[in-house]
Amino acid sequence: MSTEVRDVEEIEVALLLEAIHRRYGFDFREYAPASLKRRLWRRAHAEGVETISALQALVLHDPACMERLLLDLSINVTTMFRDPSFYAAFREKVVPQLRTYPFTRIWVAGCSTGEEVYSLAIVLAEEELLDRTRIYATDINQAVIESARLGVFPLEKMQEYTQNYLAAGGKRAFSEYYLASYDGAVFDRNLVENAVFAQHNLVSDRGFNEFHVIVCRNVMIYFDRSLQERVFELFHESLARLGVLALGHKETIRLSSFARHYEEVDPAEKLWKKVS
Amino acid sequence: MTYELIVIGASWGGLNAVGEILAALPEDTDAAVVIAQHRRADAVEGGLAGLLRLRTRLPVADVDDKAPIERGRVYLAPPDYHLLIQNGYFSLSKDDHVHYARPSIDVLFESAADAYRDRVIGVILTGANADGAQGLAEVKRRGGVAVVQDPGTAERREMPSAALAATAADAVLPLSEIGPFLYGLVCPPAAARTEA
Repeated sequence: MSTEVRDVEEIEVALLLEAIHRRYGFDFREYAPASLKRRLWRRAHAEGVETISALQALVLHDPACMERLLLDLSINVTTMFRDPSFYAAFREKVVPQLRTYPFTRIWVAGCSTGEEVYSLAIVLAEEELLDRTRIYATDINQAVIESARLGVFPLEKMQEYTQNYLAAGGKRAFSEYYLASYDGAVFDRNLVENAVFAQHNLVSDRGFNEFHVIVCRNVMIYFDRSLQERVFELFHESLARLGVLALGHKETIRLSSFARHYEEVDPAEKLWKKVS
Repeated sequence: MTYELIVIGASWGGLNAVGEILAALPEDTDAAVVIAQHRRADAVEGGLAGLLRLRTRLPVADVDDKAPIERGRVYLAPPDYHLLIQNGYFSLSKDDHVHYARPSIDVLFESAADAYRDRVIGVILTGANADGAQGLAEVKRRGGVAVVQDPGTAERREMPSAALAATAADAVLPLSEIGPFLYGLVCPPAAARTEA
C-alpha cells in the first residue's frame, strides 16, 4: 500500500513539473527532488488541497496560484552579510585582485531579494572599488528583482545585520548605509547606482557577459546534479581567466567535471579561481 | 533485509548519546550513518565532527551538497542547513526552520524514508522538543525500522517520548544497547556468523 502511494506521488510530481513547464515555461524538472517535494507540499497545504494532482489543476487554471507557487519554489530567504567570514575572506583575498582591474564586473546569480548585493556593494564601497565595479544582480523571479532594486529591508533585522557587518570586518557604522523610514531600512541608492537588476533563469538562459567574479551562494543546492553541472558550465563560460567563483559554505565544484579548471582561493569560504 | 542507512536524530544531550552509539559501531559497519544533531546556527564548522572522531574509527564529516552516500561512513547535517536524502546522495536546503530547528530531524527522516523506504533504520535520541517524531513515523510507515532511546535513560526525555507517542517503535532501548543493536542489523554477513 505505502509503496503504491509513493509511486503515485512520484508520478504526480513529474506531471505537475511537466505541466508548469508547458503552460508557463518555468523548468523545475531538474530541481533536487527532496527539497522540491517539501516545497510543493507546503504550497498544496496552503491552497487547501490534499494531493499534488489537485495542486496541478489549480496551477494550470489559475495563474495567480502559479505565481504563489513560483515564489515558494524560487525564493531563497537571505540576510545581509550572511556568513560574515565569507565577506572577510572576500575583502582579504578577492579585493586585492580586483584592484588590479580598471573595471570589474560581478554577477550575483540568484540574488533573491538583494541582501547579498547590498552587502557586496558596501564592502566594495569601503575598499573604494565600487565606482569602478558593475554588479549584475539576476534572479529567475521578477518580483524579487523589483524588491532587490528597491533595497528596503525590515528595520527589525538591522540589529542582526549590524552584528554580521562588524563580524565581516565592516569599517564604519552600519547605520550610515540606510535611513530608517516607515517602510523599513532604505539603503543608500549610491550603493546600487552602477548595478544592473535583471531577470535571468539559470536553468534555461545563456550567459550574457564575461565576469571577474560570480557569486552564487546556496542557490544551486536546490538543483539536482545534472542541472548543477550545466550551471557550472554556464559559469565557466562566463568567467574571465583567473575569475573567482563564490559558492555557499557547503557547496563544492569538486564533484563536477569542471573541478580541474579551478583552484581553491580559500577552502573554508568556497572561493574558487578559474585557472584554465 | 539489507539496511543501507541509519539516520539518527538528537538534540539536548545528543553529543554524548551519539558518541556512545558511534563507539559501538566497528569499522566494518555496513551502512551509512547520518546524524541530525540540533546545534547553533553559528556553530564552528567541523567542530562536532572533531569531537565525534574521538569516539569512533569510522570517518566522520559534515556533508557537502550532493555528496554521495557511502557505507561505513558517518555524515553530519551541517549547522544551519537541512540535510535531505536522495537516492545515493545528499542534498541540502536553507528552507524555513522546522520545529524551530535547522537541521530538522523530521526533514532528514522523511526524505530518508522517501528515498530508501524499508532500507532505513531511524533512531531518536535525547532531546527537549518534538522534532523527529513525525519523521520516525514516516520511516516506520515506509517499512523501515524505528528505534527510540528509552526516555528514562535520556538526558532529556521529551523527544524520545514524542517519538513513542507518534509511532509504534520496533525497539525501545537504553542508550548503551542501541549501538550493539544497530550493528546487529547492519554488520556484514561474515561478522554475523562469527558472533553466532
